[in-house]
Amino acid sequence: MKAAAFAYARATSVVNALELLAAHGDKAKVLSGGQSLMPAMNLRLLSPDILVDIGGLAELRGIAVRGDVLVVGALTRHVDLLGSPEIALHAPLLRDAVAHVAHPAIRNRGTIGGSLAHADPASELPACVLALDATIVVRGPAGERRIAATEFFKGIYETALSPDELLVAVEVPVAGQGVAFFFQEYARRHGDYAIVGLAACAVVAAGSFSDLRLGFFAVGDRPVLAAAAGKLINASVTPALLAEATAALADELDPQEDQQATAAMRRHLAAVLLRRCAAALLARPELEKGATR
Amino acid sequence: MTVTRPLAGTLSVLDRPNSYIGKTVPRPNLDRLLQGRGQYVSDLELPRMAHVVFLRSPYAHAKIVAIDADVAKRMSGVIAIVTGRELEAVITPWVGVLSHLKGLKSAPQHAIAVDRACWQGEAVAAIVATSRAAAEDAMEHISADYEELEAITDMRTALDPATHVIHPSLGDNLAFERTLNAGDVDRALLGSEVVEADFVFGRHTGVTLEPRAVVADWNAAEARLTIYQGTQAPHMVQNIAALHLGLREAQVRVICKDVGGSFGIKVHIYADEMATYALSKLLRRPIKFVADRVESFNTDIHARDHRCRGRIGVRPDGTITVFEIDDLTGIGPYSMYPRTSAIEANQVVNLVGGPYVTPNYRARARVVFQNKNVMCQYRAVGHPIACSVTEGLVDLAAAKIGMDPVEIRRRNLIADDAYPCASPSGMKFEQLSHHASLAKLLQMMDYDALRAEQAALRARNVHRGIGIASFIEVTNPSAAFYGVGGAKISSQDGVAVRLDAQGSVICQTSITEQGQGSESSTAQIVGSVLGVSMDRVRVTLGDTDNTPYGGGTWASRGAGIGGEAALQAAKALRQNILDLAAAILQSTPAELDIVNNSIINAGDGAPRMELNELARIVYFRPDTLPPGIQPELMATRHFVPRQYPFAFTNGIQASWLEVDPETGLVTLLKHWVVEDCGTIINPQLVDEQIRGGVVQGLGAALFEKCVYDERGQLTNANMADYLVPMSGEMPDIDIGHVVSPTRESELGAKGAGEAGTAGAAAAVANAVNDALRPFGTIITEIPLTPQVILTALGRI
Ligand SMILES: Cc1cc2nc3c(=O)[nH]c(=O)nc-3n(C[C@H](O)[C@H](O)[C@H](O)COP(=O)(O)OP(=O)(O)OC[C@H]3O[C@@H](n4cnc5c(N)ncnc54)[C@H](O)[C@@H]3O)c2cc1C
Repeated sequence: MKAAAFAYARATSVVNALELLAAHGDKAKVLSGGQSLMPAMNLRLLSPDILVDIGGLAELRGIAVRGDVLVVGALTRHVDLLGSPEIALHAPLLRDAVAHVAHPAIRNRGTIGGSLAHADPASELPACVLALDATIVVRGPAGERRIAATEFFKGIYETALSPDELLVAVEVPVAGQGVAFFFQEYARRHGDYAIVGLAACAVVAAGSFSDLRLGFFAVGDRPVLAAAAGKLINASVTPALLAEATAALADELDPQEDQQATAAMRRHLAAVLLRRCAAALLARPELEKGATR
Repeated sequence: MTVTRPLAGTLSVLDRPNSYIGKTVPRPNLDRLLQGRGQYVSDLELPRMAHVVFLRSPYAHAKIVAIDADVAKRMSGVIAIVTGRELEAVITPWVGVLSHLKGLKSAPQHAIAVDRACWQGEAVAAIVATSRAAAEDAMEHISADYEELEAITDMRTALDPATHVIHPSLGDNLAFERTLNAGDVDRALLGSEVVEADFVFGRHTGVTLEPRAVVADWNAAEARLTIYQGTQAPHMVQNIAALHLGLREAQVRVICKDVGGSFGIKVHIYADEMATYALSKLLRRPIKFVADRVESFNTDIHARDHRCRGRIGVRPDGTITVFEIDDLTGIGPYSMYPRTSAIEANQVVNLVGGPYVTPNYRARARVVFQNKNVMCQYRAVGHPIACSVTEGLVDLAAAKIGMDPVEIRRRNLIADDAYPCASPSGMKFEQLSHHASLAKLLQMMDYDALRAEQAALRARNVHRGIGIASFIEVTNPSAAFYGVGGAKISSQDGVAVRLDAQGSVICQTSITEQGQGSESSTAQIVGSVLGVSMDRVRVTLGDTDNTPYGGGTWASRGAGIGGEAALQAAKALRQNILDLAAAILQSTPAELDIVNNSIINAGDGAPRMELNELARIVYFRPDTLPPGIQPELMATRHFVPRQYPFAFTNGIQASWLEVDPETGLVTLLKHWVVEDCGTIINPQLVDEQIRGGVVQGLGAALFEKCVYDERGQLTNANMADYLVPMSGEMPDIDIGHVVSPTRESELGAKGAGEAGTAGAAAAVANAVNDALRPFGTIITEIPLTPQVILTALGRI
């Protein structure tokens, strides 16, 4: 459990980091919080020739509100999301989600940019940025690209980033009137990656959803923005309609089997989450029971 | 604390002024460990020390066709690359059998596999280099050519005639079988309601914080091997290393400093450790092996992994008439050395039904070989299986006749005044306290109120359950455990105490410390008996050159056996001191006492002489002593239980939890334990042993499982996928005591180290079934994962 030998460069600016990445191509790896990268290297699952450490780049740090957009720098740590008043005010979903990410020691180092770039399908934050309709800001040799979160995740550990690009920020629309959030995940232990989880963002008016974005995670090779949500928008949510939506959700998801759960169990838990989400957001506990035998 | 049976007579040697017995005193080694001054094997650096890494078989079963290390050998930092065939010249193979486990068989096992690897993770070559990293780099350049063989993984088919035999010379895959038939089972079944169930236990492992680690240092000039190892049994390691390296025991010294957890994992002889000793001898330099986490999962012994069919007979009045079990376990390709891998199944047979009066008991246990990592003794060997089967059956019987789980236990537990007595399997009980423990438990948990709360919540669709589990625990084993079977594993322990020249005490004990507080309890006993304050007692452990000969710390024996040796040694030294003081002070020993580091008048407590003054006279002015007196300020005593093969203890646990029937997730809300370990030396150490044990049992109940695929690949050999219990999921654990001291020793202490693990999983499983009662579901499989629960509920 020792990493293979590698070279190390501490980037002095974003431009310098991009130069280093351009020089070394896919033999280089960006080092951010190191909480996913270092374990993989110690297990020799990854053996990059060089690490480009972006940890010192103040320009990638910080949380700021610009108009109706909340800009979160790539180096913002999980612990910062937990404690930030801006996040609590404008995107509390991120705060609620990050409380489920690992443990304090890891949250003290892990970053939002690292989490999104790593794109673990069981991760919380990727599903959140889908639900929040966020934009991922990326810089490369050719300049800046802005990628909709829905276009960013491509598969297990795969994203729209190319090896010579750096994820620099995430832009989240600030929460407006009537916006409500729901976050829940099922894991056998606190801090573990979820068996199945849901990050949801809704606009509730007069007892029904005028918008509903359901970001499911650990249900496939990438986070899923469930189309089944459409069935519940601008409709009177009855147990029957909810059952219809959960059935549609089960069809839509293509979960994988692993040691924690079969695909069937994941579909079942996703349905439970959807019912609990609807019940919570509409403040109608009776919806939660659904089709319980 | 409820004392059922105070020791006879007046004040014992322990009931003295300033006694530390029964008091929570801080562990003397705490500051040292907290300040980072612990000395673990991985901290050790010796001149010319090299590091070994093992190339391990990627297959569960494979012929080793060729190992090409030419490139690797030329890499920088590489000292040697050694195969099993080459190492054979230095170290002989072994066979893990014991003669009292009749019929137990196993095949010769090599330090490094020769020709054939029998589980995924078995070492096939050693890479010795100047650093671990250099050795790992070189390992990537070894090309090993294997021919994959059929892997036997399912214990249920291991004995089928069509199944390939792992060791052809043994004839079949059956390592051991034991049957037992007590009373008249068939007749008793006739008049009884009968309930049956299949109990399934996941394979799991110990996950010590510090992995296994050894530095072996062959000194050719002295013809002596020094082994620094985190082990529970230094003298056992000395004996075995000498035996297989062709040395006399005197040529091997084993030093065991701090150890970061053991749980039974570090009481065995592992092939890679043997290889490290042999490599040191071969290469004539110190060699360090520190298992990494992946290796730990693949090679530290696994345990449990039983499938046990259980049957219980019960009459309508609640009388349990029969226990019957048919147990099957798969132990990997070899019986572990030297304690063997038949002990757990043997214990299951010994312990099922143990708390109850039921005389009719039939049992069969079969132990089979398979191509998975080796299995052997881990904390509470066999107890969790026996307890889960017994207590699961008792709850099923209660449900069958519509009786409360507490009531059925009350009617069948052995009465507290029925001792001494024996179980149908022949276990002898000196004095247990099942009923006092049950009464105490019910009071602690407020059973009736909890039942009322459960009913109220159930009406609101909240599903909580209460689970109860009585248990017995084997502690203080005599030679009956290993010695009679021919293993050179000592069941006796020795302690030497001596007064130094300033009146402080140096104490050498053969028991060992891996975090349980052996050092503290030894110092408490010695200080109390001698009348010396604990800050003046230094305890040395874990060095075959510098401690008396003894067994070490395992099977809940340290306090009961090592503690009694300490007590007797301190008593002897005390007598020597008093004799001497009487001569100096022209008094008689009976008129004097030692209290708080001074000789005093026993009668009026008046101070007579400080111990350091006595020591000064003895060591520096012996010329002033009366003629004919030869002071002996060092005393050594040994102890081994002779009357009872084991000092059985007992206890009872309860779990209160909630099950979410939609998600299958279990939330542990509270856990209670009442336990009777006899004399309590240090309440905090006992309670923390029990809590830690409970947590390991809760891990088994809900989380831990080594997951193998059908090709014998361990698929979760890391801390992300193998779920150990973590604090966030643990409930508060309340502990109460009943005290029935053993009369086999003056100390009266029995063991407490495994009690928690023995019954925790059983209590949880019973509680889950209690919570799921409205759904008519019974689950008899652990770990109780969401997948298992949702499947049982028909949700998926
Ligand atoms: C025990 C443990 C438990 C964990 N549990 C969870 C959990 O429950 N949920 C969860 O979501 N995560 C979990 N994590 C992972 C954790 O959240 C990581 O912090 C996160 O996944 C990666 O962030 P990082 O900053 O540490 O990235 P790093 O480990 O430094 O990098 C991860 C990957 O992203 C790339 N990268 C990093 N930053 C950038 C960037 N700005 N631009 C381009 N590429 C970049 C790296 O090259 C690397 O490939 C856990 C980690 C551990 C060790």
